Amino acid sequence: MEATHTGKKVLMKGNEAVGEAAIKAGCQCYFAYPITPQTETPEYLSRRMEETGRIFLQAESEVAAINMVFGAAAAGARAMTSSSSPGISLKQEGISYISAAQLPCVIVNVVRGGPGLGNIDASQADYIQSTRGGGHGDYRCIVLAPNSIQECYDMTMNAFDLADKYRIIVMIQNDGIIGQMVEAFEMHEYIPLFDNLPAKDWALTGCRGRQPNVCHTLYLGTNGLEKLNRQLQEKYARIQRELAWFEEYACENAELIIVAYGAVSRITKAAIKQLNGSGRRVGLFRPRTLWPYPSQRLAELAGKMKKPKFLVIEMSAGQMLIDVQLALMDVVPKKDIYFEGMGGGWYSSVEGTLKKVQEILG
Amino acid sequence: MTQTILKRQPSSITEGSTHYCGGCGHGITLRLIGEVVDELGVRENMILTSPVGCAVVMYDYLKCDSIECAHGRAPATGTAIKRVHPDKFVLIYQGDGDLAAIGTAEIIHAANRGENLTVIFVNNAVYGMTGGQMAPTTLIGQRTTTSPFGRTIKGMGRPIRICELLSNIEETKYIERVSVHNVRNIQKAKAAIKKAFNNQINGVGFSLVEILSMCPIGWRLSPQQSQKYIEEQMLHYFPLGVYRDVEY
Ligand SMILES: Cc1ncc(C[n+]2csc(CCOP(=O)(O)OP(=O)(O)O)c2C)c(N)n1
Repeated sequence: MEATHTGKKVLMKGNEAVGEAAIKAGCQCYFAYPITPQTETPEYLSRRMEETGRIFLQAESEVAAINMVFGAAAAGARAMTSSSSPGISLKQEGISYISAAQLPCVIVNVVRGGPGLGNIDASQADYIQSTRGGGHGDYRCIVLAPNSIQECYDMTMNAFDLADKYRIIVMIQNDGIIGQMVEAFEMHEYIPLFDNLPAKDWALTGCRGRQPNVCHTLYLGTNGLEKLNRQLQEKYARIQRELAWFEEYACENAELIIVAYGAVSRITKAAIKQLNGSGRRVGLFRPRTLWPYPSQRLAELAGKMKKPKFLVIEMSAGQMLIDVQLALMDVVPKKDIYFEGMGGGWYSSVEGTLKKVQEILG
Repeated sequence: MTQTILKRQPSSITEGSTHYCGGCGHGITLRLIGEVVDELGVRENMILTSPVGCAVVMYDYLKCDSIECAHGRAPATGTAIKRVHPDKFVLIYQGDGDLAAIGTAEIIHAANRGENLTVIFVNNAVYGMTGGQMAPTTLIGQRTTTSPFGRTIKGMGRPIRICELLSNIEETKYIERVSVHNVRNIQKAKAAIKKAFNNQINGVGFSLVEILSMCPIGWRLSPQQSQKYIEEQMLHYFPLGVYRDVEY
C-alpha cells in the first residue's frame, strides 16, 4: 500500500499515539483497567471513543476487560485492550480462550519492572510470556515491538489488520520508556496493510437466515481438540513464513552485530553511531516482530560475517537471548553470542554499551 | 397446561436428549427458556453466553448464536456483545459456582452498570460439573465432596444469597428467585424468565432470575428426594419471590 503523506507532525506520548491509531484503524471497542505506565491510553480513549461514537468501558478488572474483548471480538467488532505486566498476567486465561476461538483482537502491554508488583519503570521482562503465548495451551500471538512514537502509531494500525487477516491476537509489546516518551510523529490517516481482509462470517450477529454460529473452545470426547491444535500450528507456521519485520543498521561488513529491540535499540543505535564514527564495524539488528522472530534474516547476516559475533542487549535476564541463540544455532558458536541484560526497571546506557563492545572486540 | 409443558418440544431446542442427569433442574430450565424463546420469537435475533459448568454445551441444545465463556466471566463477555449489538437479545446463563464464587466481580459490575441483560442464574447449591463440591450457596450442614463433615459457618461462611445482594444495587431492574422443584413453581419460573426476557427486549435494563435447581447426582439423592430437599431445606434459606421490580 502506498503511504498517504497527508498527515501533519504532532507531539504525543507513545501511549496516546497507540490510542489515536486505534481510532483511525476503526477500533470499535476498547476495554481496560488503569495501571502505570499505560494509563494514558485509557485516559486518551475515554475521550476519543466517546467523541467518535465508539464503545469505551473502564472494566472492573483486567480479567473482565479481556473477557469483554472476547465478547466484542466474537460479535465481529474490532476490539482492543491495553495494560502493563501484572494486568497482562491476569488476562492470560482470556488470552488463551481468544486464541483457541481464533478471534482477532489487539492487546497492548507497556511492560514494567517485575516480578510481582515490581516497579513502574521500563522493562522487557515479559518477552517470554508474550512470544510463547503466555497462558495455558499451545498457542501464539503475533508480537510487534515499536521503538518510536511513529511506530507505536503505525504498528497499532497494522495490528488490527494482521489480527483480522490471521484471526489471531496481535500484541504490541511496548516498554515504559516508549509508552511514556513524547516525540513528534506523522499522524497520517489509516493505511491498511492489506487490500482485502476475510469476511467475518463467523461473527455472532443473530442467526437470521443461516445456521447458528457457535464460538466455543471446549472439545470433549472427540478428536476435535487435536484437529484444532493442528489447525493452529498450521496457521502459526504460515505466519512464520509470511511475517518477519526487522531493521538493520550498519550491518554491512560488521564484525559485531548488536541485537536489541524497543527502547534499548534506540540507546544501542546511539552507541553504534559513536563506534562507527571511530571506525569500529558494529551493526544493529532490531526485530520489529518478536513473534514470529526474524530468525532467518539473523542467520543470513551471520552467514555473511567472517567471524560472526553477536551481542544481545535487553532489559531482562536473557529472554530474547534464547531466540537469538536458536536462530544462530547452526552458524555461530554459542560462546560468540554475548549478552548484556538488566532488570528491575534499569535500562542500558551508551557508556555501558561502549564498554561491553570494548570487552568483546578488544 | 401442565401436560403441554411436559410434551411439546420447543422448536428452538434441538431434537434428542441432553447430557443432563435425570432429575436435574438444568434440563427443565432449558426447556422453559426454549418455550420463552419460541413465544417471543427471538431465536434468530439472540446471542447466548453459556457458562463453564454443567450448562457449558447449552449451545448444542438451543439453536442460536452462542459463545462459551470463561468460568464466571459471562456478564463481562455478554456486556461487550450487547454493547456491540444493542438490538440483539443477549442471554446470560450461569451456575452458582460460576456467578457467586469465581464471577462475583463480573456480575456485580454488570448489574451496577445497569447493562440491559437477562441473567438466568441456576442455583443448585453445589459445583455440579466437577462432581458436587461445596459452592458459595451450599447450605449450612450440607455435605459435599469438599465439605465432607457438612458446611460450617465458621471457616466457610454462610451461603451467599445473590438476589438479596444484587437487589441492593440501584441499577438493577428486576430480580426474582424461583424454583423448578414442582409443577406450580415451574410455571412461576417460566413467567419470571419471560418477564426477564421482555425487560431486555423493552429496554428496561438488568434482570436476573435465580432458579433453585435439583442436582440429584451432586447431592447424592434420588430425583424425588432432591425435589423434597428444595422444598424442605433450600426454600428456608433461599426464600422465593420478587426482590426487585422497577416498573417503567
Ligand atoms: C478457571 C477455572 N476454574 C475452575 C474450573 C473447573 N470447573 C468447571 S465447572 C466448575 C463448577 C461449576 O459449578 P456451577 O457454576 O455451580 O455450575 P453447575 O455445574 O453446578 O451447573 C468448575 C469449578 C474451570 N473450568 N475454570
